[in-house]
Amino acid sequence: MNVDTTYLIIKSLMVLTIFGITLLIATYLTYFERKVAAFLQDRLGPDRAGPFGILQPLADAGKMFFKEDFIPQNSAKSLFILGPGIAMFTALLTGSIIPWGPQITLFGETFDFQIADINVGILFIVGVVSIGVYGIMIGGWASNNKYSLFGAIRASSQMISYELAMGLSIIAIVMMTGSLSLKDIVAQQHGMNWNVFYQPLGFIIFLVSALAECNRAPFDLAECESELIGGYHTEYSSMKLGFFLFAEYINMFISCALISSLYFGGYNYPFMDMVSDPTVQGLIGTAVLFGKIFFFIFLFMWIRWTLPRFRYDQLMHLGWKMLIPLAIANMLVSGAVILFNQ
Amino acid sequence: MKPLTNRAKQVVNKEMTFSEKIYLPAVLGGLKTTMSHFFKKQATVRYPEEVRPFSDVFRGKHVLKRDESGAERCTACGLCAVACPAEAITMVAAERKKGEESLYREEKYAETYEINMLRCIFLRNVRRSLSERSHFPHYRNYPCQLRSFEFHLWKR
Repeated sequence: MNVDTTYLIIKSLMVLTIFGITLLIATYLTYFERKVAAFLQDRLGPDRAGPFGILQPLADAGKMFFKEDFIPQNSAKSLFILGPGIAMFTALLTGSIIPWGPQITLFGETFDFQIADINVGILFIVGVVSIGVYGIMIGGWASNNKYSLFGAIRASSQMISYELAMGLSIIAIVMMTGSLSLKDIVAQQHGMNWNVFYQPLGFIIFLVSALAECNRAPFDLAECESELIGGYHTEYSSMKLGFFLFAEYINMFISCALISSLYFGGYNYPFMDMVSDPTVQGLIGTAVLFGKIFFFIFLFMWIRWTLPRFRYDQLMHLGWKMLIPLAIANMLVSGAVILFNQ
Repeated sequence: MKPLTNRAKQVVNKEMTFSEKIYLPAVLGGLKTTMSHFFKKQATVRYPEEVRPFSDVFRGKHVLKRDESGAERCTACGLCAVACPAEAITMVAAERKKGEESLYREEKYAETYEINMLRCIFLRNVRRSLSERSHFPHYRNYPCQLRSFEFHLWKR
């Protein structure tokens, strides 16, 4: 076996592992969300399927698969089918460049626990997330339903306007690191040297934009049940609807991974140099990263069950008149500080 | 105008201060409130496994009572309707005809006997029977129990 084959096999295994883990976590996020919602409202949540209801997501998935897959007569059929596919595809694609852990050594070869270390990492994520808008837009438009169209328009305008603030807050990080690669950005936050201590404002802007990007409450205007029935997925049923909902949870997971990597040191943790064995250090690092991710996922859910939904003009006001100027100011100040310290 | 409670608040249309404008303190306050609920005891009763504790005087089901020979005991005296604190009972009395002796014990019986289920507070002391022509015909053939009731509605 030559080196290239080993490399290929390990990378393929990594792809499959991360694919599987992402899907598993997204499945269980539905359960987690319902439990958190219930506990925040003094209820118990699902507890019938299996002990503590842990088989609930499987039951839900089974239900989704066996429902009638209905396509409205006057819809644009090919686009109607394409919509959830794009949403799911882009959601899964972003997981490929998150560094899940530091380097590991297998069979005498050193690997990064990351599927692809693209040198334009951050740019890639922002680009792919933008394509994710197409899934919602196409799905909502192809349904030939006014509520779906409303939801789709809201979702796309919201995502486009919040992407600006998100990108601008990332630029400050990129200037600090001097690299677009997520691997470098994470590696530079070694130990407790996390970016959040240097970029608290950037972090808040990024967090709010991430909430809006994931269409999470209080920015869930795209699917607000009370006004638009289901928003862009009103006409969807069966696993197509499942794909949309699933893509949303994957996006949430990836956003939390991104927040942890960009601002909270990714797999870095305090006193990590005291662990001498690099493999153990790496494993703890991965566990720490997942701990951070789950904390942020919990934060997302916590916010969802705390804040009421924004009105559409308030949303645009917050995005364009507050977050973007703040992000620009943050970027300029960071740039000036970096320049003076040189 | 005098407020009904001491919780009334005067609404003011003042400019928001900076800390109010950036929302974050208010958001954090909200998060704190919801988190305090996270650790509270859940109000849920897991019904088939867990039964809510009932008061001793709770009966839970209205039962038509008959005597040993199977005739209705109710004589439509109307005392229960007078006694009922929730005013849930209404009835129309009728006279027993010839040949109906096996159905009704006394000469007078309740033609209709209605209990407003929305008003009823299920007290134990209303030991009266429902008429055969009442609006609860499924209680009609309920076996006679002279003194004791059990609550059948929640416990099988």
